[in-house]
Amino acid sequence: MAMQMLPPNWPGNFWAHWAIFAVVILVFVLLMVMFFIWLERRAMAVMQARLGPNRAGPFGLFQPAADALKILIKEDIIPARSDKLVHWLAPVVAFVPAVLVFAVVPFWGGALLADLNIGILYVVAISSVTIVGIFMAGWSSNNKYSTLGAMRQVASVVSYEIPVVLSLVGVILLAGSLSMQQIVAAQDIPFILLQPLGFLLFFTGALAEINRAPFDLTEADSELVAGYMTEYSGMKFGLFFLAEYAEALAISAIVTTVFLGGWRGPLLPPWLWFVGKVVIVFFVIVWIRTTVPRLRIDQLMALAWKFLLPLALLNLLITAAEILFWPAVSLWVLIPINFAVMIVLVLLWSRLFKLGWGKVEV
Amino acid sequence: MTLALSGKDIAGKIEKKFPGCVVESAAESLLVKGESLLEIAAYLKNTPGLDFDYLTAVSGVDYLDCFEVVYHLTSLKNNHSLVLKARCYDRANPVLPSVVGLWRTADFQEREIYDLLGISFEGHPNLKRIALWEGFEGHPLRKDFL
Amino acid sequence: METTKTKEIVINTEPFVVNFGPAHPSTHGVFRMRMTLDGEVIMDMEPVFGYLHRGLEKLAEERTYTSCIPLTDRLDYLAPMSNNLAYCLAVEKLAGIAVPERAEYIRVIIAELQRIASHLCAVGFFLNDCGAFMTPVLYMLRERERILDLFDMVCGQRLTYNYMRVGGVSQDIPEEFIPALKKFLKEMPGWLDEYERLLKDNEILLARAKGVGILPRDLAINIGASGPVLRASGVRWDIRRADPYSIYDRFEFDIPVGTAGDCYDRYRVRVEEMRQSLRILRQAIKDLPRGEVRSEVPHLIRPPIGEAYGHLEGPRGELGFYLVSDGSIAPYRFHVRAPTFINLTALADMMRGWKIADAILIFGSIDICMGEVDR
Repeated sequence: MAMQMLPPNWPGNFWAHWAIFAVVILVFVLLMVMFFIWLERRAMAVMQARLGPNRAGPFGLFQPAADALKILIKEDIIPARSDKLVHWLAPVVAFVPAVLVFAVVPFWGGALLADLNIGILYVVAISSVTIVGIFMAGWSSNNKYSTLGAMRQVASVVSYEIPVVLSLVGVILLAGSLSMQQIVAAQDIPFILLQPLGFLLFFTGALAEINRAPFDLTEADSELVAGYMTEYSGMKFGLFFLAEYAEALAISAIVTTVFLGGWRGPLLPPWLWFVGKVVIVFFVIVWIRTTVPRLRIDQLMALAWKFLLPLALLNLLITAAEILFWPAVSLWVLIPINFAVMIVLVLLWSRLFKLGWGKVEV
Repeated sequence: MTLALSGKDIAGKIEKKFPGCVVESAAESLLVKGESLLEIAAYLKNTPGLDFDYLTAVSGVDYLDCFEVVYHLTSLKNNHSLVLKARCYDRANPVLPSVVGLWRTADFQEREIYDLLGISFEGHPNLKRIALWEGFEGHPLRKDFL
Repeated sequence: METTKTKEIVINTEPFVVNFGPAHPSTHGVFRMRMTLDGEVIMDMEPVFGYLHRGLEKLAEERTYTSCIPLTDRLDYLAPMSNNLAYCLAVEKLAGIAVPERAEYIRVIIAELQRIASHLCAVGFFLNDCGAFMTPVLYMLRERERILDLFDMVCGQRLTYNYMRVGGVSQDIPEEFIPALKKFLKEMPGWLDEYERLLKDNEILLARAKGVGILPRDLAINIGASGPVLRASGVRWDIRRADPYSIYDRFEFDIPVGTAGDCYDRYRVRVEEMRQSLRILRQAIKDLPRGEVRSEVPHLIRPPIGEAYGHLEGPRGELGFYLVSDGSIAPYRFHVRAPTFINLTALADMMRGWKIADAILIFGSIDICMGEVDR
């Protein structure tokens, strides 16, 4: 192998590998989610001129643990006229795919559960299964807020999946592989520099898919109370909450892997690079959440179909052309070109583009 | 300064147009007959020079022998105001015409008076209780409500 | 021979009814909107009131004129000082009581501070309704806190002040009040500029608020809208200028008006009004005279038989008190012209055809306070 991907003394046995990584992923997800909850609350507090949780443990670090404990001992309320089985199943269906995504995310060279040769396709496919759980929750709750929230989520995921996937194709073209491992290996220059527009589109679309501000219409607390989660309590609510942060973690991990060079980086151990980058990406997500107001549903759709989709297609076209016509050109030359393309396209399109159409005559 | 028009001057004008409709006129207010309230209100709203385009407040008072509804009218155009009053003496079934057609301000306020004092406003599009629940017995702002 | 006919598939959709409130995060209390929705679009809306109805008007009929003042605190709990003042103005008009010069100035200072505090809340929660997750409102509450500290100095309270009295104010302002107010006046314009930089041209805010929930000029007058809602629709009507009460005729200030009457204009008018209030405050502390803060008023006020309507330009609109006296120590009738209650008249007209998210925004831009709506 030209590239040393496996650290020495890695357990080679298939089942041992499988078992170890299953545990590692679960622990990683749960710990990171707890850390993220703390980070989000503290970072938001600082940005909003208040203190945030600071009582449980040093800097309030144990606050998520305390919350988890509290949520575990809460009463589990099931609405009287709900669809009980679906209501029970929904949090599970929502949570599992968010964890499954990590099966192909490399924490280190070779340190991943399964190096699928279709890794990125797997990610795209699996991560959209969550929406089934969310719609199940919205439907089974027998609550109009829930239904509205779930329908908004389905609409936004269906729309945003397209630009998200298309913006990933540019990366795949550059890396020449669908395997996450290979994509990281191909990033001598992080792809965020080579695919600035792709990154922008992917990040925007991903924010909408995991329903984070400014696209958090699904739970829009000022409109739909809590969206699809309105009727959930106790540990089921906890699972949804967990799923939401696990999704945010998954998106941060994918952005890290695909655009920021994954575990690669000088000096520090690779896993630390990986975690550090993930935390930075998540911090940006939190930052956006505290900064911008929410879009309306028609504006959300308009953004996907009129803004992101054409730009994603153009991005794909330009990337393909670059690879086809200048296969030998140094990648460093492409960086300024791609940045220029991004700036021109985004400015041009935001001139042409108008959000939403407003009022409907009734 | 909003000029408070004298009820007497306006009463003179109204007497000319609608004879016998003004019951009592004082410096600060003008009391008109309940039946002709709507016509007089329309006259006050639409006559150039008066232009009472803004209904500030509608208040109901229970004087035990009668109910009085007080309309505070303002003209944003000419910056003057007038207090218009109407009374109904039937305690069991007090009725007055609704002015919602002229000023929609009266919409919620007439409902409130209907709710709390029990005066029905004829011609109100949606006359039902507003502060209390349907089925509440009595009208709390009446002086004989205990 | 059979002909195959293509059947036209018609999907019948039915409107459905959603109750927004009385317990909902964005109804600013316990307001309820019975919305008929077609998907996300609002077909019709019916407001339902009364969840906070405490019968204040009936309560007041059994209290003396002075002991009604705490009741007015409970009306619009985001602007109690204005309510106190409006009530005192009405009683003074009814009983013909004069107010000392210094008290007039203190009243103006306090009322304008209250207007800023109330508008900060209004703008902050409007942006919160717009979906800006708590950030603007928390910054604005930070500034409101400064004003509450000032009120705390004056009367020892932070929410229900009970500060104004018939014939003046309950006590003189303490020595440290004016320096603290000067400091506030120095810092506040900077904060306002900071909000303007962040919000005025925010792309999402423009997309969400511009052109949304238009209240046309004629309709605004017809429904008796008042305050920022009326002015945003392009009517230059401010009772401080049109019918100057207290000593407002001595100050220079502008009346900001909107053009379109949409949510964005209502937000802009409020921000500009805060600047004008700062202007009035600056003039007021410059001219503040020495002297009494309360005229000689008997403990039990017995106004002559008659009636009076006292009104002022509160932060949310024209707040009026219609008092009828029968010569006794308690008002015979105590009626509140609640501005937010009347501003809600056109809510359904403004909402029809917009989406749920807009409805929340429109509702937020009217800036209501349930304590006043239901009384």
